[in-house]
Amino acid sequence: MASTTGETLAAAEPIADGRTEEGEEEQVVNPWEVSAKGGKIDYDKLVDKFGCQRLDESLIQRFERITGRRAHVFLRRGLFFAHRDLSDILDAYERGEKFYLYTGRGPSSESLHLGHLVPFMFTKYLQDVFKVPLVIQLTDDEKCMWKGLSVEESERLARENAKDIIACGFDVERTFIFADFSYMSPPIYKNIVRIANCVTGNKIVGIFGLTLEDYGGKFFFPYIQAAPSFPSSFPHIFSGKYSKLRCLIPCAIDQDPYFRMTRDVAPRLSYHKPALIESKFFPALQGESGKMSASDPNSAIYVTDSLKDIKNKVNRYAFSGGQDTIEKQRKYGANLEVDVPVKYLNFFLDDDAELLSIKEKYGSGAMLTGEVKARLIEVLSEIVERHQRARAAVTEETVDAFMAVRPLPRMFG
Amino acid sequence: MAQTKPNYLPRAVSRVQRGRESSLSACSFHAASINPFLKSLNRNLKPIYSPAPRPPLLIRRRRRSMAFSKDQLLARLQELKIEFLSCDHPAVMTVEEQAKYVGHLGGALSKNLFLKDKKHRLYIISALANTKVDLKILSQRLGLGKGGLRMAPEEALPEILHVALGSVTPFSLINESARSVSLLLDKGFKSQRYCLFHPLTNEVTIALTPSDFDKFLLSIGREPAYVDLEDCPVVGKDNPPDLAYLVPAEALNLPGGADKVPPTSAPAQTNATLEQKTKQPTQKPKEPSKEQKQKSGKDKINADAVADSTNVEKFVEKVLEKVSNVFISELSKQSNAEDGNIKDHMLEGVKQRVSSDLLSMTMTLKNSVYAQGFHAGIESTLYPLANKKIVERK
Repeated sequence: MASTTGETLAAAEPIADGRTEEGEEEQVVNPWEVSAKGGKIDYDKLVDKFGCQRLDESLIQRFERITGRRAHVFLRRGLFFAHRDLSDILDAYERGEKFYLYTGRGPSSESLHLGHLVPFMFTKYLQDVFKVPLVIQLTDDEKCMWKGLSVEESERLARENAKDIIACGFDVERTFIFADFSYMSPPIYKNIVRIANCVTGNKIVGIFGLTLEDYGGKFFFPYIQAAPSFPSSFPHIFSGKYSKLRCLIPCAIDQDPYFRMTRDVAPRLSYHKPALIESKFFPALQGESGKMSASDPNSAIYVTDSLKDIKNKVNRYAFSGGQDTIEKQRKYGANLEVDVPVKYLNFFLDDDAELLSIKEKYGSGAMLTGEVKARLIEVLSEIVERHQRARAAVTEETVDAFMAVRPLPRMFG
Repeated sequence: MAQTKPNYLPRAVSRVQRGRESSLSACSFHAASINPFLKSLNRNLKPIYSPAPRPPLLIRRRRRSMAFSKDQLLARLQELKIEFLSCDHPAVMTVEEQAKYVGHLGGALSKNLFLKDKKHRLYIISALANTKVDLKILSQRLGLGKGGLRMAPEEALPEILHVALGSVTPFSLINESARSVSLLLDKGFKSQRYCLFHPLTNEVTIALTPSDFDKFLLSIGREPAYVDLEDCPVVGKDNPPDLAYLVPAEALNLPGGADKVPPTSAPAQTNATLEQKTKQPTQKPKEPSKEQKQKSGKDKINADAVADSTNVEKFVEKVLEKVSNVFISELSKQSNAEDGNIKDHMLEGVKQRVSSDLLSMTMTLKNSVYAQGFHAGIESTLYPLANKKIVERK
């Protein structure tokens, strides 16, 4: 399925800072910056530029057929919209060949918002329906290098973030969480060096837009993020018949550059190319102008928000596509294209019928902005409350258990 | 009690008489002193009890997870101080045949049906030989609609009841594998002096009093459910199914012949049940290498059991199932005027709303419990080392 053609790094690479030859400013999507002219990201162009494939209806139906249950709401509503080699993974799974999941987080701050949880919620769904193991990388070294945090602070943040990740409901029998600083050890370091021997500095500059002014660690870090895609990095989990296990990486689309590089390296180390399933960016409360930002507290719903905070934020800051007055609203209806509450409901409201009804009524004017926002507040409150309850139950021992280097005997059970 | 001449088959008698002298004399004394019925029996037919129960407790405990044999069952009856008459005869496949050998005992012969419904729940219906059992009516009374009851697949007999074809008996419920099988008893048994059943094999029939039979059922954790099997009430809006409370809470994964749902349909089915159905090996009753297959099968069953008990989704499913069944039956008792559909719809709504939270809470519990165990494991490994250091320092 076109996994080897057209994927050379040279062909797929945009010029890293987003400018075309004419000097025109295009949208910028890379692991450290996401912005677009007019605020709206053109995902079709992005998919073309990166060279990945769109996740279409037939794949979603295939998901449902193989797993025997309804696809996750993020799949159905197109939040996870692109992939690389997903059909190969599904083919292999149908043949009885397993795979493992790999995702991660850069622990730059203690406060997580719902946008951060999106890949984890989806990964949990994948873990449940396919019954496969999962490794989660906490890149405390990356944040040390890019954000100038001290090593100790990064480590602390990694542990705190681990608690929120655990609260998403991962199964301890199948999940291994590790932080780069504490997990660095012979198996994974050897893989990192093997990968490093396959990718020149020029390529790194091409992919990540680094210059000689940047600290050397930044050149080295991509190899660290690539290494968990190879099962031999975790010999305590994947040994024997699982030493060449396939890997599926759910992530946001801005992480694609790392894994393009990894996919290029994989065959040279005789591993399967890791498959990817990629998501769009979760819209900020103020509207479609890029990712939610951890630095602006009103751009997102945080997992530590109280019910009152959620109500306040949605009512005051969520960008509405409704008309200015009630009369106009009743007459013309709302602009569903830009309305943020409807976008949020699109991703968090599981009931298809109810969503359709809300869209119809709101678009025709039968429903008011306040009502839509009220429903959104309900939905978000439930999610946040559940998360907070689970988070409160996570102890240091639980984190230790998830992060212990231990075999997972029933990871496919 | 009319005596019948001992002109039944000599074969049966000779087998009986072959019993051990000592046990016979002891047993017959015991029987005669308490069982007036036996006094009136022809001397030739002496009651025999099974050989002494297996003494080593260790072996018996391990056996509990395997199938019970006739001897173990009879031993259990003895433990419970249940008196019974036992009669050996050639294998019989029908009640008429059975009557030829044991009709003289003057007890009530039973016909035993092993049935299943559309949702793969299992039932044993044990009726007096001359009670008319109408499966259509029973199906409605159980709330399964018309035609909801069928004969269970043949493979389920050895798999779940651990008995051979022709040997269905309420006694098979002593097996752990049969814990979800529902038992319906003909209320006619209660007025009989003796009830006759197969003790896990159709080469033997035992006779015991109804109250002793109840005692046995209670000992395996069963509440005896006596039903007027010939009653045909009209089941409808004003008359909810009167036997609905006897429907088992749990459906069993039936081997092989169960109604397999093709993988392309029914997205509502969970991945877990699909996997299990294709995993289950179909065990044929007469296989030469059965021992070996059973052993590896048992390992697999053990592994599956562990996987089952740590599966959060299955746990939540069972909890919701249990709660909804009880809720439905309570509702049926209270308000007859409710429509079955409304109740189902309501339950679905409740389940939807509560599922996510239940799943999250259960996963939290599982992770916390694992973490504690893990911690304990580490501490227990370090403990002797830590201790050693202290001792050495001294």
